[in-house]
Amino acid sequence: MITIDSLTKKYGAFTAVDEVTFTAEPGRVTGFLGPNGAGKSTTMRVMVGLTEPTSGHVHVLGRPFGALPNPGREVGVLLDASAQHAGRTGREILTIAARTMGLPKGRVDEMLERVSLTEEEAGRRVRNYSLGMRQRLGIATALLGDPEVLILDEPANGLDPAGIRWMRDLLRGFGDQGGTVLLSSHLLHEIEVIADDIVVIGNGRIVAGGTKEELLASAGTLARAADPAVLSRALEAAGLVTSIADGAVFTDADLTTVGRAAFAAGIALTELRTADGAGLEEMFLELTAESQRDAVTDNKLEGAAA
Amino acid sequence: MSTATMTPEASNTPSTVGGGTAAVARRPERAVPDPIPFGRILGVELRKMFDTRSGFWLMASIVITSAVATVLTVLLSDRDELTFDSFAASVGSPMSIILPIIGVLAITSEWSQRTSLTTFTLVPSRGRVIGAKLVNVLVIGAVSMLIALGVGAVGNLATAAITGNDAVWDIPAWTFAQIVLANELGMIFGFTLGLLFRSSPAGIVGYFVWALVLPGISEALASAQDWWADNAAWFDVNQTRFLLFDSKLTDTEWVQLAVTSGIWVVLPFLIGLRLVMRSEVK
Repeated sequence: MITIDSLTKKYGAFTAVDEVTFTAEPGRVTGFLGPNGAGKSTTMRVMVGLTEPTSGHVHVLGRPFGALPNPGREVGVLLDASAQHAGRTGREILTIAARTMGLPKGRVDEMLERVSLTEEEAGRRVRNYSLGMRQRLGIATALLGDPEVLILDEPANGLDPAGIRWMRDLLRGFGDQGGTVLLSSHLLHEIEVIADDIVVIGNGRIVAGGTKEELLASAGTLARAADPAVLSRALEAAGLVTSIADGAVFTDADLTTVGRAAFAAGIALTELRTADGAGLEEMFLELTAESQRDAVTDNKLEGAAA
Repeated sequence: MSTATMTPEASNTPSTVGGGTAAVARRPERAVPDPIPFGRILGVELRKMFDTRSGFWLMASIVITSAVATVLTVLLSDRDELTFDSFAASVGSPMSIILPIIGVLAITSEWSQRTSLTTFTLVPSRGRVIGAKLVNVLVIGAVSMLIALGVGAVGNLATAAITGNDAVWDIPAWTFAQIVLANELGMIFGFTLGLLFRSSPAGIVGYFVWALVLPGISEALASAQDWWADNAAWFDVNQTRFLLFDSKLTDTEWVQLAVTSGIWVVLPFLIGLRLVMRSEVK
C-alpha cells in the first residue's frame, strides 16, 4: 500500500510535482503513466526518500519510507537500472544488496534464476549488460528481500516483447499474492498490458485515475453491422450520439445499451466491443503533444513571428 | 535450501518463523523486520571498496607502492647510511598521496557511478552510510600505515643483512603515531572534499591544491608579510600537519594543529555532511 497525499515538489519557480494524491492498493498493479518529464520519476524519488518534497507526504505501508527499519525487506525499488557500478558483476550487485538486507546467501541464486540471468551472465560486469539485462538485474534487486511493495520506474524500458510479457506475468503474480505494485511508463501500451489501475500524470498534475476498465470504458463502444449507416441511424433513433469511422459506429453509450438498440431495430451486429481505450489514448496524446519538442519549437517560432 | 521463502512447503504451513513469508499464503500483516545493524553497513561498505577492479587495485597499490619504494631505497641509496627513518620517508610519500584519494573516492564513487540510488534506498539513513564509510576509511588508513611500517622494516632488515651492519631502528612509537595522525587527517580531508563536491576529479584536484599548492602560497605570503610569517601556524593546517612527520610537537603546536584542523577539516566536513544529507539523490 502506497499513499501519496498532496505531494508537491518545486524547483525554484518550476513545479515538477503539483498536489499529487493517489493510492496504490495492495493486490493491484498500479500503472503510473505520463509523458517524459511529467513528474513520474520525481514522485517516485520522493516516495523512497531520495528527494525531499516541498510539501505533502508519502506513506509506504503506513510509514514514511525513511522510517522503515530495513526497507529492502518491505519495499522493492528500481529507479534506474543503469545506476550501478559498471565494474561490478551482476552477482556482486545482488550480493551487496542481500548483505545489506541481511539475507541468506542462497537468495542471490534464487533471484538470478527468477529473472532468467544465467550463471555466465551473472558473472559478467554490468558495463557489458544490455539494457534488458540491466532491467532484469534491477528487478532481481527489487524482489530480493521478498517485499510487499514494488516501486519500479520504467521497468519495461529496454525489454523486448517477450520480456514485457514476462514482466507482466511476474507483476501479476506479485499482485495476486497481495503485493502492491507501482510502475511507471511513458508508453500507454505497456501500462495497458501490465496494470490494473492507471494514474495519468501530465505537467506534474494527476489528470486521470481509476481502474483500467473504467478508463477504457469511458472511451465508449464500437459496433459493426453489415451497413454502418443503417446501424448509425437506428442508434440515433434510440437517442444515442454516434459517429462512423472505418466502417464502425462509435457511441458514448455502454455495450448493453448499444446491443439492445440494435436488437430492437432488428440489425445483426457483426462486432460489439469497447472502443480500445481510444479516449485514454486521445488524452495521453494531448498530454504528450504539450511536452513534445517540436510543439515547443513551433510555439517559440510563432511567438517570435508574433 | 536455507531460505524460508518461495518454497511450496512454506506456503502450506500457516506458522511463520522469523518473517518466513509464503508465496501463496502471504499474510496481510507481516512482522516488521529488525533494523539494519551498523556493523552490517560497515561490512557492506568495506566490501564495496574492494569489489571492483579499480577499487581493488587502488587498495593493492598501497602494498605495491610500499614494496617498490622499499626495494628502490635498498637498491639506489647509500646502504651504509640507511636507517628505518629512510624507509619511512620513502614509503610515506606514496602513502600520503594514495590514502587521501581513497578518502575522496569512498564518497564520490557513489555519485560518479550513481550507486547512491541503491545505497540510500536500502539504507535511507544517509548519516549511517557516511559514518560507516568514514570508519572504514580511517581503519584502512591505520592498517595501510602498519603495512607500510612492516614493509619498511623488512627493507631495513634486508639492508642490514646486505651491509652486515646492525639495523638502525630510529622511529619511536610516538613518531609513528604522529605520522599515522598526519595521514589520517589527510584522509579525512579527502573524505570531506568528497562530501563537498561529490565528484571524483574535483575531489582529487581539490586535495592536491590543498596539500601541494596552498603550502607554497602560504610560504610565499610568509616571506612577503611578517604578520603571516608569525601567525600562519594558526591558520595554515599543513604547516603543523607537516611537522607531525618529523618533529615532536610542542604544546602550542598541538593547539595550532587542533585549531587549524577545526577550520580546515572539521568545519568543511560538517558542511559537506549537511549537503549530502539534504541533497537530492538522482
